[in-house]
Amino acid sequence: MGKTLAEKVWDAHVVRRAEGEPDLLYIDLHLVHEVTSPQAFEGLRLAGREVRRPDLTIATEDHNTPTVDIDKPIADITSRTQIETLRRNCQEFGVRLHPLGDAEQGIVHVVGPQLGLTQPGLTVVCGDSHTSTHGAFGALAFGIGTSEVEHVLATQTLPLRPFKTMAINVEGALRQGTTAKDIILAVIAKIGTGGGQGYVLEYRGEAIRSLSMEARMTICNMSIEAGARAGMIAPDQTTFDYIQGRPHAPQDKDWDAALEYWKTLRTDDDAVFDAEVTIDATELEPFVTWGTNPGQGLPLSSSVPDPESMADESERAAALRALEYMDLQPGTPLREIAVDTVFIGSCTNGRIEDLRAAAAVIKGRRKAESVRVLVVPGSFRVRAQAESEGLDQVFKDFGAEWRHAGCSMCLGMNPDQLAPGERSASTSNRNFEGRQGKGGRTHLVSPLVAAATSVRGTLSSPADLETSAT
Amino acid sequence: MEKFIRHTGVGVPLRRSNVDTDQIIPAVYLKRVSRTGFEDALFAAWRGDESFILNQPAFRHGSVLVAGSDFGTGSSREHAVWALKDYGFKAVLSSRFADIFRGNSGKQGLLTGELAQSDIELIWKVLENAPGTEVTVDLEQRQVRCGDVVAPMQVDDYTRWRLMEGLDDIGLTSRHVDAIADFEASRPTHKPRTLV
Ligand code: SF4
Repeated sequence: MGKTLAEKVWDAHVVRRAEGEPDLLYIDLHLVHEVTSPQAFEGLRLAGREVRRPDLTIATEDHNTPTVDIDKPIADITSRTQIETLRRNCQEFGVRLHPLGDAEQGIVHVVGPQLGLTQPGLTVVCGDSHTSTHGAFGALAFGIGTSEVEHVLATQTLPLRPFKTMAINVEGALRQGTTAKDIILAVIAKIGTGGGQGYVLEYRGEAIRSLSMEARMTICNMSIEAGARAGMIAPDQTTFDYIQGRPHAPQDKDWDAALEYWKTLRTDDDAVFDAEVTIDATELEPFVTWGTNPGQGLPLSSSVPDPESMADESERAAALRALEYMDLQPGTPLREIAVDTVFIGSCTNGRIEDLRAAAAVIKGRRKAESVRVLVVPGSFRVRAQAESEGLDQVFKDFGAEWRHAGCSMCLGMNPDQLAPGERSASTSNRNFEGRQGKGGRTHLVSPLVAAATSVRGTLSSPADLETSAT
Repeated sequence: MEKFIRHTGVGVPLRRSNVDTDQIIPAVYLKRVSRTGFEDALFAAWRGDESFILNQPAFRHGSVLVAGSDFGTGSSREHAVWALKDYGFKAVLSSRFADIFRGNSGKQGLLTGELAQSDIELIWKVLENAPGTEVTVDLEQRQVRCGDVVAPMQVDDYTRWRLMEGLDDIGLTSRHVDAIADFEASRPTHKPRTLV
């Protein structure tokens, strides 16, 4: 019987397999950031261990970094301590670090692909659940805990039990105005926030094949919101073109060898998945969330659901609680929900293509008076690229704040936060209670919806702008 | 990790069940960047109370915690284990442990020994009648001795072997360092490196 893509990558990394024990899996690339690494490095120090492969390890500062006044000392003591600790640790253990202000600094999941370090067929780990992003390249990429970070630092391996596999078939072509973000929000709404538990999801089908690398990363990024450890997409010409010429792309003979290998990285025709789900892309519309988990989403054209109409007891209870927290009434058209803040950024939608898409919608317009608009590029390079294309000016003319790179309001570990009771349309990945600031209310949206919302002040799609203009 | 074969130290009777990890170490201490120095955080909310068991001189230097059932429930924070170890505890005895806590303890070399609830009660009585009494936790014999109480202790074979060998997860993997080196030798050259 044939193998799935995930199984192929797994099998190629088994260092040791023994009856009744987890497989010992080799890790090709270890990404590190300031929040989940300090105790791991200290553990090494206490045990007198070294980093086995500094040459397969790279660190960046992202979660705590400010997005304004980046040349000034960080005011928050905890944030500053975490960053200073990372700097000391990287220096002591010989790990490459891109600190705040460096040309390669940025969100860890934006930096890896951008440098060409993320490649098909690799195993990639990071002490961060959204490591699933890198699966867009056909890598097996997943988040790990701090003890595991220490384990990888010390041994470059992890003892793991195999995951199950699930195919997510997205058939048909996406309609105009519908994006990767809408696909993944629809997938999560369909299978639920626990639906992917124990699985690696492989996204397949016509709609997926036609997506750019940026869009594929958006989809794989949110696999974790469906409970899955990882998401993957088989590499193809789009993948190869994206990687070629990047700083860490293979060169010359290595490129040929790599390409030959990468082309074998697809699920065999006779392979069997443990589960399959199919979504019809032709029916998708812009999707937004109304609740406090990423599975509580609906097409923008619908209304806030009525919990009483939900058959499942726990679903109803969750919806009731969510509506109370979100301060929403059942039956309110989603389009009428007014927001205070629009956040465009994060490892889900903070790449250059996302900024281009948002800029195209708002170009030549002014933001709604009542709305604060924060544009936070995913990396220093994304910011520079956007500036070279004049996008920064488009955002500034629109009335948006053009910020420096980092996680920013995705989780509000730095000063970019919602005030209690404030409501946002956010291109990030989590709408949990208090995620963007204590008492803050989050609606997850695509960059297109974020842009249109910032024009109208209520949840909107670009199509709504055309109708209101005529 | 230090080998654990047998330990004798002052027993601390903690007459509470369902001690969750939030009580073992409150969330505010999770912001720290260190892995040691959590001794002050252990049971922080209770330590303010003068009558709390660890505030009594006879128990202050205890190293064997004898707790009620369902110890270590709640969040998966490894800090709970670090705090117990930093304070000086070598073993926790209870009639039932939360799974994740037990797993985390095993990784860090803190022994979690399961005793019958009736034996826990007997040991509590000994410790309360004669504060400062030592408890011997004998992993080799799978036995706990305290005063005239001799109680069988349950620890699964794998954890027992690891603790007696002094192997943490990394130590275990390091036993296969040759296999890792062989694997590395066969990795294709086109795989990326972060350092040039
Ligand atoms: S942008 Fe958000 S989800 Fe992504 S790594 Fe940063 S905090 Fe995590």
